[in-house]
Amino acid sequence: MTERAGVVEPRPHVAHEVHHEELGFWRAYVFSTDHKVIGIQYAITGLVFLLFGFTLMMLMRWQLAYPGSALPLLGQIFGETRMPGGTMLPDFYNELGAMHGTIMVFLGVVPLAVGGFGNFVLPLQIGAQDMAFPRLNMASYWFFFLGGVVMLGSFFVPGGAAQSGWTSYSPLANLAGTGQTWWLVGMIFLITSSLLGAINFITTTIQLRAKGLTFMRFPFFVWAQFVTAFLLLLAFPPLEAAAVMQLMDRVAATSFFLPSGLVVSGQVLEVAGGGNPLLWQHLFWFLAHPEVYVLILPALGIVAEIIANNTRKPLWGYRSMVYSLVFLGFMSFIVWAHHMFMTGMGTAMAAFFQTTTMIISIPSVVILTALVISLWGGSIRFNTPMLFALGFLPMFGIGGLTGLPLGLNITDIPLHDTYYVIGHFHYVVAPGTIFGLFAGVYYWYPKATGRMMNETLGKIHFFGSFVCMNVIFMPMFFVGMAGVSRRLFDGGASYDFAQPILQWNVVSSWGAWILAVFQLPFIFNFFWSIRKGKKVGDNPWEATTIEWTAPSPPPHGNFAVAPEAHRGPYEYSVPGAPKDYVLQSEA
Amino acid sequence: MTSDHASMTSDHPVDIDRQVRIYITVFVALMILTVVTVAVSYLHLPMAMAVTVALVVAAVKGSLVACYFMHLIAEKKLIYAVLVLTVVFFVVLLALPVLTHSNGYWIDE
Amino acid sequence: MDIPYTVEVRRDTGLTNGKIGIWLFLASEVMLFGALFASYILIRAGSPSWPRGDTILNVPLATFNTIVLILSSVTMVMAWASLMRHRFGTFRIYMGATILLGFVFLVVKYFEYSHKIHLGLYPGTSNFFAVYYTLTGLHMLHVIGGMAVNAWLWGPGAKLWKTNPVWFTNRVEHSGLFWHFVDLVWIFLFPTLYLL
Repeated sequence: MTERAGVVEPRPHVAHEVHHEELGFWRAYVFSTDHKVIGIQYAITGLVFLLFGFTLMMLMRWQLAYPGSALPLLGQIFGETRMPGGTMLPDFYNELGAMHGTIMVFLGVVPLAVGGFGNFVLPLQIGAQDMAFPRLNMASYWFFFLGGVVMLGSFFVPGGAAQSGWTSYSPLANLAGTGQTWWLVGMIFLITSSLLGAINFITTTIQLRAKGLTFMRFPFFVWAQFVTAFLLLLAFPPLEAAAVMQLMDRVAATSFFLPSGLVVSGQVLEVAGGGNPLLWQHLFWFLAHPEVYVLILPALGIVAEIIANNTRKPLWGYRSMVYSLVFLGFMSFIVWAHHMFMTGMGTAMAAFFQTTTMIISIPSVVILTALVISLWGGSIRFNTPMLFALGFLPMFGIGGLTGLPLGLNITDIPLHDTYYVIGHFHYVVAPGTIFGLFAGVYYWYPKATGRMMNETLGKIHFFGSFVCMNVIFMPMFFVGMAGVSRRLFDGGASYDFAQPILQWNVVSSWGAWILAVFQLPFIFNFFWSIRKGKKVGDNPWEATTIEWTAPSPPPHGNFAVAPEAHRGPYEYSVPGAPKDYVLQSEA
Repeated sequence: MTSDHASMTSDHPVDIDRQVRIYITVFVALMILTVVTVAVSYLHLPMAMAVTVALVVAAVKGSLVACYFMHLIAEKKLIYAVLVLTVVFFVVLLALPVLTHSNGYWIDE
Repeated sequence: MDIPYTVEVRRDTGLTNGKIGIWLFLASEVMLFGALFASYILIRAGSPSWPRGDTILNVPLATFNTIVLILSSVTMVMAWASLMRHRFGTFRIYMGATILLGFVFLVVKYFEYSHKIHLGLYPGTSNFFAVYYTLTGLHMLHVIGGMAVNAWLWGPGAKLWKTNPVWFTNRVEHSGLFWHFVDLVWIFLFPTLYLL
């Protein structure tokens, strides 16, 4: 070893097949420290949670389309406390709503986007053998898993799971049943998982990148994961603090978030009082705003890779995209109170947050525009990953644009807490991020398994999902502008003014149920292709980035010889080159 | 032998003996400042002044711990960059909620 | 497999992976305690009245604890310095002292808390106590965590000294950074809770 040396040059390492028989089943597939195994664990667990969260929403959509009517057959499963005679109770609706949001954001999208894609792809793309801290990586996954168990377990406690929105505002959340305590404990596990993961990603990206791989030669995906990791690292701890304080309020009778003189069901609450519900909101949104960028950035990274690859051209405006990404990450920490315009803040602070919010739209637009311009003059290949990446672009555009009136104080007044908001953020996350994630699955599946997913099934999945997503979410803008509030258990049915607009709830609901049907080809394809997909070699997409120089699937240690980067990440259609792409590691 | 091992973990050789003398000096300074903090509290200064003095002394103590015990004074640029970023967001978190909602909206009248 | 830069530094950053990792972790801890301080400020600022810490809490005991923690920071850094001087026995002494001082801190905290509870003063009694118990409680959990890691490094973890002394020294340094941070938090907690 090198105890006596000072600085040591990196030396080529040799990947060795640590035979799985030596490791045993549990160490190889369950308690593995290999980033690829951990990435797949995160991805599959995340996909399962996405499906579960989707199912919760499909139940909600029955109530929204046909308020007060009994759900045939399935309604009987939920028992008398939740759906007596198959008719949904308001508390159950709230449970579904709060858990749908929580599960989709924290157990579905982030684990898949960051834990799954980040873990699997990042070390490969930077030419590393593994993450900087493999055991910490494994611990991150199991904290996530435990958090998931706690969240799922909360459905079975008396009173059911959390039902105060994914935002868990006090005082409502303080007064809610046991499920809320489980939610808080679950969140602490999930936050810990993300913090440990963020430390790993940042250290790995800085320290374990290949020789010659300077920051401005990073694939955009690497930049996206890098900035995302900083968001997780610095924004999550305040929510952890808030969760601890809400837990103290609930189990130790403190009043961090309970004001004095609160009257519940005609009785003055016997607490010390003097607390501030707005404190919860500040701490929650301090995290939750950067969190929405955690939701979108990995998807932007994935889409960027796939667009470059399938236009056979470098990305347009790479430098602008990178600067925008970093600027966006920074700005995301100073916009959060645009979620709180209606809380009685003065005009000065409202002006501040409006201004920062408008400014933050600029880098998003730069990135989106650069991706669109990247298509110009390209030799576009319309394979499934590319279809999802292309579909992402206008969907993210709609999502982003509809955010603008919400970010301005005045226009937020009629739109706040209506279906307009739901339409806005679902456009960004559902046909936005989730399309990006689907694109990533189809794109990197051959690297992880050595086989391609079926193209026909992929196209059915894409076209069906694209249409259904718009059918579900476009009407929500009109429903919201008509004044229908979100989180109403009957979708607005008890309001006179909402009567003309209610039919759109039915449209959205059918869109959701048909969307479910179009996920079946994907689920089938995912499992079927493991055994029956077309076998491929290292680089089926003829891509330039370093992960495509490793075998499919890569062995432990990834690379037989440590790769070196000799050029930028998107050397497609280089004039004079023998092929229409040159690998980043080619000398 | 000392300097061999001392250079193992960084590119600059570390003179451990000098470091140890610094640690002792810092310890003495921290003890003195602790006494100062407590002594000043007995003066019962008006609130604004008391807070300022307490925070300034704490900041000096904290800086000594950070710079010398945690070797921040000789750390690499990357670490400084991460910490500066963190401090910026820390200040944002401390300042903005109070600025936004310190009008006593929830005061118990 | 050998992850590079675990023991030797990477030339362009001048850092090992572990050094970056621990500072990133500390950055997240700054945000955690920062949020708690921000909460304390918001609640206290919005409060019509708030007692001075020294009218309720035991200042002499807390001053003693402050001295204990600062001393333990010294012994911690001396533990690392001993390893840098290749004196494993001395390391064991200093690390042992650090753990012991941590234990003293906990014992004092036990007396502080039990005295308050004996007087019927719980977290729910008032927001002053909510803040006091929560902030010092979370800090105490960090003390316990640091002690656990230090105990492992003193005991079973010390085996690494024989096979990879540089890696072991780095681990002690990183644990020290965490321990100093815990001291640093207390340096701010002490005046803001007990004296103001």
